[in-house]
This record gives sequence, C-alpha cells and structure tokens, in this order.
Amino acid sequence: MQVNRERIAMSNITVDAIELTRLYGGRAVVSDVSFNLKQGEVLGFLGPNGAGKSTTMKMLTGNLAPSAGSVKICGIDMIEKPREAKALIGYLPEMRPLYKELTVDEYLTIAARLHKVSGKHIKKAVENAKARCGLSNMSKRLIENLSNGYQQRVGIAQAIIHSPMVVILDEPTVGLDPIQIRDIRTLIKEIGKEHSVILSTHILPEVEMVCDHVQIIDKGKLVFNGGIDVLKRSRIGNKLLVGFKGAPQADALLGIAGVTEVESLESGMVRVRFAEGKNPSQSIVEASVKNGWGLYQIAPDQTSLEDVFVQLTYHDAAAEAEAA
Amino acid sequence: MIFNIVRKELKSMFASPLGWAILAILSFIFGLYFTNSVGNYFDVMSGAIRPAERTGVTSFVGSAVYGLASFIMLFSVPLLSMRLISEERRSQTLPFLFSAPLSLTEIVVGKFIGLVVFLSLIIIYLALMMSTLNVWADIDFGFIAANTIGLILLVASFSALGLYFSSLTSQPVVAAILTFIALFALMILDRFLAGDPSNTVSYMSLMQHFQNFSRGLVDTADLAYFFLFITTFLVLTIRRLDADRLRG
Repeated sequence: MQVNRERIAMSNITVDAIELTRLYGGRAVVSDVSFNLKQGEVLGFLGPNGAGKSTTMKMLTGNLAPSAGSVKICGIDMIEKPREAKALIGYLPEMRPLYKELTVDEYLTIAARLHKVSGKHIKKAVENAKARCGLSNMSKRLIENLSNGYQQRVGIAQAIIHSPMVVILDEPTVGLDPIQIRDIRTLIKEIGKEHSVILSTHILPEVEMVCDHVQIIDKGKLVFNGGIDVLKRSRIGNKLLVGFKGAPQADALLGIAGVTEVESLESGMVRVRFAEGKNPSQSIVEASVKNGWGLYQIAPDQTSLEDVFVQLTYHDAAAEAEAA
Repeated sequence: MIFNIVRKELKSMFASPLGWAILAILSFIFGLYFTNSVGNYFDVMSGAIRPAERTGVTSFVGSAVYGLASFIMLFSVPLLSMRLISEERRSQTLPFLFSAPLSLTEIVVGKFIGLVVFLSLIIIYLALMMSTLNVWADIDFGFIAANTIGLILLVASFSALGLYFSSLTSQPVVAAILTFIALFALMILDRFLAGDPSNTVSYMSLMQHFQNFSRGLVDTADLAYFFLFITTFLVLTIRRLDADRLRG
C-alpha cells in the first residue's frame, strides 16, 4: 500500500479508476473500466448515447457508489475518505445544478463556501471564477434570467471555483453557440494546463481540439484508451486524395516511388496509398507536370473521426457476437 | 460545515416569495389573535366575580395564542418543508451538494436546522409579542419560556417529518400532502382514545407532549420524546439519500 501510494505521488496521477463496475438490476451499465489521468492532462470521454459516460462520471465524483472497483483521487480513496477526495474535485453534471432563484454572485459564494474556500478568499475566488468564465458583468443577475449559454458558464464557474485538482465536466458545450463553444474550449485548455480535466462529449472534433487523451466507451466497456495522436494517426493513415483532369493509368502512378496502391473513386478522384514514411506528393506533382495529367488537387485523405468511432464501436459489437 | 448549509437554506428560503408570504400571514394571524385575546381577557374577567374564576393574563392570552400557533404550524410547516429535498431532486441540484466535501448527515441536519431557524423567527416574534404585556401587567415569563421551548420542539418535529417525506418524492406537492396527513394523524391520535388516559397509543401523539409545555411544564419525558422523534426522521432521511447513492 505504502509503495503504491508513493508510486502515485511520484507520477502525479490525479485520477485512478480501478475496474469500475456498476450494475443496475443485474445489468452492467459500466463494466471493468480502468484508467488513470496525470496532472496537466485533458481526457476526452467519448461514446454513443447510453454507453455509460455519465454513470462513470457519477462514480468518479462520488455521486454513485460503484458496484465493484474503486476510485482514487490523488491517491485518496473515494469510498473510504469521500470528503477528502471530493474536496479535490470540481464537477459539472449533465443537468446543471443551479439554484435559479439566486444571483450569480450568491450562487458562486455558496459554491465556494461548500467547497471549503476559506472566508478571506471567497470574494477573490468568486471574482476569479467569474473572470475566467466571462461572467464578470452578470454578477447581480438572477441565474433564472440568464441565457442557456450563460447558465452553462455559471455551471463551469461553480466547478472550478475552488481550483480543484480534477475538473470533471459532463457535456460542457451542449446548447452553446459557436462563439461560446470556442470560448469554453479555450477555457478547458487553460484549466487543463494546471489541473486535470475529464470531459465527456459526443462532438468528435471537440475531442481532437481540446484533449490529450481519448477514451471511447461503448456498452459500458472501454474500447479505446490512448493518446489523441494515436487516434489522429489512425485517422490520417498513409493515404492521399489526388484529383487529375486527365487521369493517368494506375500503372503510371504505381511507378512513382513509395506508392503501393491506387484506387479510382466514383467522384473521379484517385486514392493513393503509400508506404510508411515515404510521402510521394512531391513526385506525383512533378510527374503530373511532366506528363500533363492536369493535377488540380492533392491532399491527405482523412477518414472522418466518425468513421473511426463507428469502426471502434462496431468492432466491439462484432467481437462480442463472436464470443457469444 | 453544517452552518454553511443552514445559510444556504435560509438564503433560498428568503429568495422565494413563499417564505416571505408565510412569515407575513403568520404574523398577521398571530397579531390579530393576540389583540383579540387581550380584549377578551377584560370581558371575561369583568364577568368573573369570584376570585377562583380569575386567571392571570399570561395564561389566558398565552394558551389562546400558543394553542392557535401549534395548530397553524400544522399547515405552514408542510408548505415550507416540502421543497427542502424534493425541489432539489426535481431541478437536479442534489449533485451540487453530493459532490461537495460534505457528509450526508451534514446536508440533512443543515437543511433541518435551516428550516427550524426560519420557523423560530415566528416563534421568537410570538414570545416578544407576549412580553409586551409586561408593560401594564406583571407577566409570567416562565410560562412564555416553556411555551416557546415546546413550540420550537413541536415545529422541529414537524420539520423532521416533513424533511423525510420531502426526500421520498420529486414532487413538492406530494411531499406537502403526505406530510400534512401524517402530522394530522399524529396530532389527533390521542383524541381517538380519549376515554383511557393511560393508553400507549396516545403517548405517541405529538399534541399530548406539547400540552405539558403549554401548561408551563418542561418535562424530560417530553423532551426525550421530541428528541427521539426528530432523530428518527433525520436518520430515515439520511438513509433515504444514501440509498440514492447506492442504488442510483
């Protein structure tokens, strides 16, 4: 145990989920989810509806007791010492927990007090949280009268007011306009520099923009857990999408160094696969100029994140069918 | 930490019109009844010729006002206690409290104390109103103190029960109706078996225990009854909320 704790302290692990399982009436909504998060990382939690994202988050924040497994926040067990562990977390649930009859200032003051911000620092903490979430000129407004987007900001302000080690946001950008979404993404990145952030979403580009780590959960199981670059690599692959006015024979293209496969698409474009590390763009352009193929477009061929996502969740379903 | 929950509860109590309205209506009713009783006192006493028929002004006005107060509280406590937890359930604000570094006991006890403090404002106001009689009469402050303690305990018991029913549902109105029915049953329990004064059932009645206080008698048996009553329902509430966390 002692050794374990030292290990955690040394590697700055802020969240450590160990084999989390949650049963509802015998049905596992979340099963065997294990992961950990280091300080200064942003973790994106992806998954289709009903995959168990929110349930996992509820367990991480101590709102729901896991049927099996445990959660450690900075080495403190959530079940054994809930108070110490909860003090290190800021949580914005899917449904914003706002007292609408209060003003922004009143609400944030209560939030600061409940999270044990000491009396002297409450004012500063409230001002700071408001400034970070762009709420400074909303202080005296009733939360009830704020627009959806501003209410969401109050929700986020509430989660970061005590500058917790771990900020957990359940779908933070739902219902916001594009400008607000951009602001909040910037905010999340900023928070992610000092603290750890876990956010769930089903907007895939968002994950790519904000997160360092991605987890894809499907039917309560983790189907992907890794760095965002791994996901990006599987997205980009070694493919080019090339458009020619007068398309050459496939053989002519295959003759170019590095090209391994050529495929003509319905749209009239050509998909060119190449060997790892031998991007043939330069040679293709040169060949096109020389032979008058009329090159008008050349770009890396990206599989959309949606496709990657579908692949991952689909693979899992197939594997499950096989096992059964 | 409990103190912070109490503050939060009082804040939202005073942020809603319902809190102010109940305070205003109650002080209006009590004030009206008080002036009426004082007037009545002179009418009745001028009719009472023999000394044995005469009572002091404190007990005459006091028993009228405090008797009414205990009855009125039966209606007003459910209205205030109904939203304590069910409203938070409905507007999904419970995670705000559950993810703060607080124990369930602190949350429940804080909410309970918040409501009792709010209601105590009216009870203290009643005591002050009674004390104004001292300007022209020599009143019995012990009687007022016993009634005040009794009424606070009675109201606290109402609140504990109301808090429990509020934790059972996400519909404040349902909570209010259930609380009212339960309280009413507990209040009139002793009326059913009035013929046998030593029966056990009437010992369960809230009113039975309040009556000693209203005569100016502070009995440890009654204190114990109220204390146990309040503890029972607070523990039940905590267990109910814990079940949320365990069963989801």
